[in-house]
Amino acid sequence: MSTTPNPPSDDGISAAIAAHRDEPGALLPILHDIQDRMGYVPAEAVPLIAAALNLSRAEVHGVITFYHHFRQHPGGRHTVHLCRAEACQARGAEALIAHAKAELGCDFHGTTADGTISLEPVFCLGHCASGPSMMIDEEPHAGVTSARFDALTRALRTDPRRHE
Amino acid sequence: MTVTLFVPRDSTSLALGAEAVARALMVEAERRGQSIQVVRNGSRGMFWLEPLVEVATPEGRLAFGPVSAADVPGLFDAGFLNGGEHRLGLGPTEEIPYLKSQERLTFARVGRTDPLSLDDYLANDGYRGLRRALNLSGASIVGEVAESGLRGRGGAAFPTGIKWQTVLETRADRKYVVCNADEGDSGTFSDRMVMEGDPFLLIEGMTIAGLAVGAAEGLIYVRSEYPHAARALSQAIAVAEGSGYLGHDILGSGKSFRLAVRKAAGAYICGEETALLESLEGKRGIVRAKPPLPAIHGLFGRPTIVNNVISLASVPVILDRGAGFYRDYGIGRSRGSLAFQLAGNIRRGGLVEKAFGLTLRELLYDFGGGAASGRPIRAVQVGGPLGAYLSEAEFDTPLDYEAFAAIGGMLGHGGIVVFDDTVDMAHQARFAMEFCAIESCGKCTPCRIGSIRGVEVIDRIVAGSDRPAQVPLLRELCDVMQSGSLCAMGGLTPGPVLSALDRFPEDFGPKSALFPAGRGV
Repeated sequence: MSTTPNPPSDDGISAAIAAHRDEPGALLPILHDIQDRMGYVPAEAVPLIAAALNLSRAEVHGVITFYHHFRQHPGGRHTVHLCRAEACQARGAEALIAHAKAELGCDFHGTTADGTISLEPVFCLGHCASGPSMMIDEEPHAGVTSARFDALTRALRTDPRRHE
Repeated sequence: MTVTLFVPRDSTSLALGAEAVARALMVEAERRGQSIQVVRNGSRGMFWLEPLVEVATPEGRLAFGPVSAADVPGLFDAGFLNGGEHRLGLGPTEEIPYLKSQERLTFARVGRTDPLSLDDYLANDGYRGLRRALNLSGASIVGEVAESGLRGRGGAAFPTGIKWQTVLETRADRKYVVCNADEGDSGTFSDRMVMEGDPFLLIEGMTIAGLAVGAAEGLIYVRSEYPHAARALSQAIAVAEGSGYLGHDILGSGKSFRLAVRKAAGAYICGEETALLESLEGKRGIVRAKPPLPAIHGLFGRPTIVNNVISLASVPVILDRGAGFYRDYGIGRSRGSLAFQLAGNIRRGGLVEKAFGLTLRELLYDFGGGAASGRPIRAVQVGGPLGAYLSEAEFDTPLDYEAFAAIGGMLGHGGIVVFDDTVDMAHQARFAMEFCAIESCGKCTPCRIGSIRGVEVIDRIVAGSDRPAQVPLLRELCDVMQSGSLCAMGGLTPGPVLSALDRFPEDFGPKSALFPAGRGV
């Protein structure tokens, strides 16, 4: 599943708010829904959510920035999460991370120059007996070598659909 | 004749190529005119053999692994569907020593069944615990769980029965059962394996918990890094609702229990129960001061059971087989079994469910086969990122909550991360502080700021800058974090730091500089 960044659309935001506003503790479900639809949580969403849930804008902003999962700006077409936790470290994650940054030409929280891939660190994907692990969007990969990393990410970057 | 094959849908198996293997099997069978049925089971938990393909035969299931898509034509050529020999053949699955020498109470079904088939679940002893619970009073259910000796499997090891008793006794208009499925600790995957491989088990455990304390609503807080687990749970909940096992009037008993999955958002601290409750309420995951206990004043201020996945998933077998059956496993005050997870640099990594009491060495060498690199094992971190690093001298410690506490360690959830002799323990100590700095919720200064200062002090020690003053400073800082933090994040981060310093001082620089005359260790 790709997280295609669409231009901010009030429709997506309003639909997400309408779908969850009556749930108890609705804020996280709303934010997830917006990010699933749009690829990030645009600044325009904050006052709309605040008004719907009777919260201050500061409270909504505080929640968005507290959680690593929520993005405030559009990312690349795909997100690669590389595990940097202990079990993957024990199997060479740090060398893979260094290689990944060089291969993609960006640091953690950055995006490749062609806008295809955002690189994010993650603390554990639960494949701890088979590391180093990573996740491309929601697709898991374990036992990732540098060569495998290159093959997987180059396939994304030459995917003709990325210009759709 | 249609032959039944099993290819796991467990996400680690998928990460190792199970999807391509399943597709290749179907394509190749089609090409050869062979009729097959591919069941997508959970994983058996032998990850060095994944993707593990099993073939159902009249004599039981035969295992092949690790299978890649490229191996598939060769397997057909060898006649693997009819007992043909192949280099990937492992014989009868249940006879593989790693599996055969386990005591699978909680994981009895995982890897054997189709996780989303209620029929499969029922045919393999599923929902027997719930059927018995429906005929018991809440107090009797709680009594049974207390009697079993079950303690919180998420790491804290608090007696589950006492927690439930508190919720049962607290009067309120509404109560909740919350499952902590925010399995964020590196080296742990047992929660994930249950959610993906036997989701009805967790649903059954939570339903029994609801009956026990009089709660009609449950929430499962699943980490966003586990999309497969969240999907499997949502699908299983829909099936259970459709079949009368969840929702209004469960199995005609007049009792109700509703269950929903809530997605976390990538904050490690939300594995701490009070931060988790804040998150479920739609707030930042900031730790709450205790008391009041969540059992009295929990989700939305109501009495709430907050239990880990494995704690709740252990309840059905206790209700089904009786408290005594479960209690007869284990040693001392550690009763029943623990789903140990062998992770990191280990030859045979995976899930080992055993009664408490075997030694760490047996797990590392008899099950694990030593380091995957073939080099000596130098350090082992038990109990997650906040657990102590142990050295060879402690490998004969029995796996028991109290025995680990006695050596300054923490058995926790039974996650075990193995490092070979190339590990730099000063680097690991620094990582523990860095992790705390990134993941601290920010409420307590010793945790929020202390962890940043900790990284700096370790950097100075490693750089050899003013070591005689910096080492005591690091110890003092750890002392402040331990005694000045509300929760385990700040309170336990010093564990891996100090254990690395005490047990592997050579990695921090010349010993004489670390321990100046008169200070000792």
